[in-house]
Amino acid sequence: MTWTWFHRLGSPPYVYALAARLTPWFAWPAAVLILAGLWGGLMLAPPDYQQGEGFRIIYVHAPSAWMSLMVYTTMAVAAAVGLIWRIKVAHAVAASCAPIGASFTFAALVTGALWGEPMWGTYWEWDPRLTSELILLFLYLGYMGLRAGIEDPQRADRAGAVLAIVGVVNVPIIHYSVTWWNSLHQAPSVMSLAKPKMPLSMLTPLLLMLLGFTLFFVAVLLVRLRGEVLSRERTASWMREAVAR
Amino acid sequence: MSDFLAMGGYAAFVWPAYAVTFAVVVLNIVWARRTLARSLAEARRRLSVSGERS
Amino acid sequence: MVPGFAATATTGAAASALEAARLALLRDLRLAFRKRGQLVQPLAFFVLVTMLFPLAVSPELSRLRELAPGVLWVAALLASQLALEFLFRDDAYDGTLEQYALSGQPLTGLMFAKTTAHWLLTGLPLALVAPLAGLSLGVPAAAIPGIIISVAVGSVALSLIGSIGAALTLGMKRSGALLALLTLPLSLPVLIFGARATQLAINGASLLAPLELLGALAVLGVTLAPLAAAAAVRISLE
Repeated sequence: MTWTWFHRLGSPPYVYALAARLTPWFAWPAAVLILAGLWGGLMLAPPDYQQGEGFRIIYVHAPSAWMSLMVYTTMAVAAAVGLIWRIKVAHAVAASCAPIGASFTFAALVTGALWGEPMWGTYWEWDPRLTSELILLFLYLGYMGLRAGIEDPQRADRAGAVLAIVGVVNVPIIHYSVTWWNSLHQAPSVMSLAKPKMPLSMLTPLLLMLLGFTLFFVAVLLVRLRGEVLSRERTASWMREAVAR
Repeated sequence: MSDFLAMGGYAAFVWPAYAVTFAVVVLNIVWARRTLARSLAEARRRLSVSGERS
Repeated sequence: MVPGFAATATTGAAASALEAARLALLRDLRLAFRKRGQLVQPLAFFVLVTMLFPLAVSPELSRLRELAPGVLWVAALLASQLALEFLFRDDAYDGTLEQYALSGQPLTGLMFAKTTAHWLLTGLPLALVAPLAGLSLGVPAAAIPGIIISVAVGSVALSLIGSIGAALTLGMKRSGALLALLTLPLSLPVLIFGARATQLAINGASLLAPLELLGALAVLGVTLAPLAAAAAVRISLE
């Protein structure tokens, strides 16, 4: 019974139709949650004891950073599934993730810099967190560049999958190694972005934003997925009906 | 209202941060939809070409 | 072709896999020595890059000594990047790589052999040249053994990591920038620990800690990279 569901997800026409149907179910709740989060974060949450109103950047920075990591993980898992079980749809998911993840990594870096300047006195710091986020951006760009450079779509899928998987190995290494680097060099202390005991009025909007952005990711993914699925089919008959609409 | 916009003096950082994030959100929507439209057009083109041949 | 390849297939799997790898390694070394000029290029590039800093920044040895670990390792990273082109290019062109993939021998082992050859031809010479560049940057002579060993170990990881990128971009024209984009992010831990090791060597302190980490990266690379490179080669040859 459960396997039928799984098998259907490997079928391009099924996924294409499903993606179209599901998109509004993620897009509208995402919009509501994000607006609610914005309202809570900008209006209702009290100013921070140390950072004043400036801390409100967290409501765009934390979701962006979360997205950058979550999307990469999704991309790598989908790529692995596609590579191991040779499922085209999985490759399509991975390909759809990359531009989304890259753009939010960029947002995370910029919003982080804008937060850093008033709080740390500098837009940029070569500390572990920022450096590894920048590297993540390069991993995304490398993945997209590799895919773009290979003409054969199947080869592009599989080569990209190898890269995405190898890149995942890199992420904990980077985190780990720069921690050691930090302790060896005794770099300046990094400000903790996650307050252990955030009051509910501050925490709730943050959670709303995180959830809202996650749903937004799924909605955008579904839109991109349809295009990716189409581009992997040659002249399959199901397409005629699907694209005529 | 002006207090809100001033963001306790951090306006020059807070609002650009929100603007950039908003821009990325909009970019994602627009970009995804454009890519889908392009894929649809490409698929229609491919189907019409192969249709003519058959 | 590589003589003896077919014969080894009948003499027992593990023994033949090892034999095949050994033959591939020797082949690469022999072919490289026929084009000795090519071997010098990454080394010359390395020296040139390190030369840029005294000229661009400051000729004062005290200042250069501060920069030396970073300069040496950035130059080593870039030189190693350059040398990656030689890893698969010729074999891809003349069909040897396809023969390897079809030979029935484990492609992973052959990838490991090729990468070992690559390290012997580029990483190891780099390790021997690096102290000379270091001396020109005001590094004390006592630091030389530390530099040699850290670059030697670090370049193992660099060759291995690079082999993945080279395998993925096989057959692409003008893939240099993309190859760098793929390989450099993965090589950053090597850069960080290598520079740290060199700094400690210059200070006269024990560089055991970063050296162990470089070794760990090399071991990680040995276990994972040939596998990924083999997968990438198979994909590229499809």
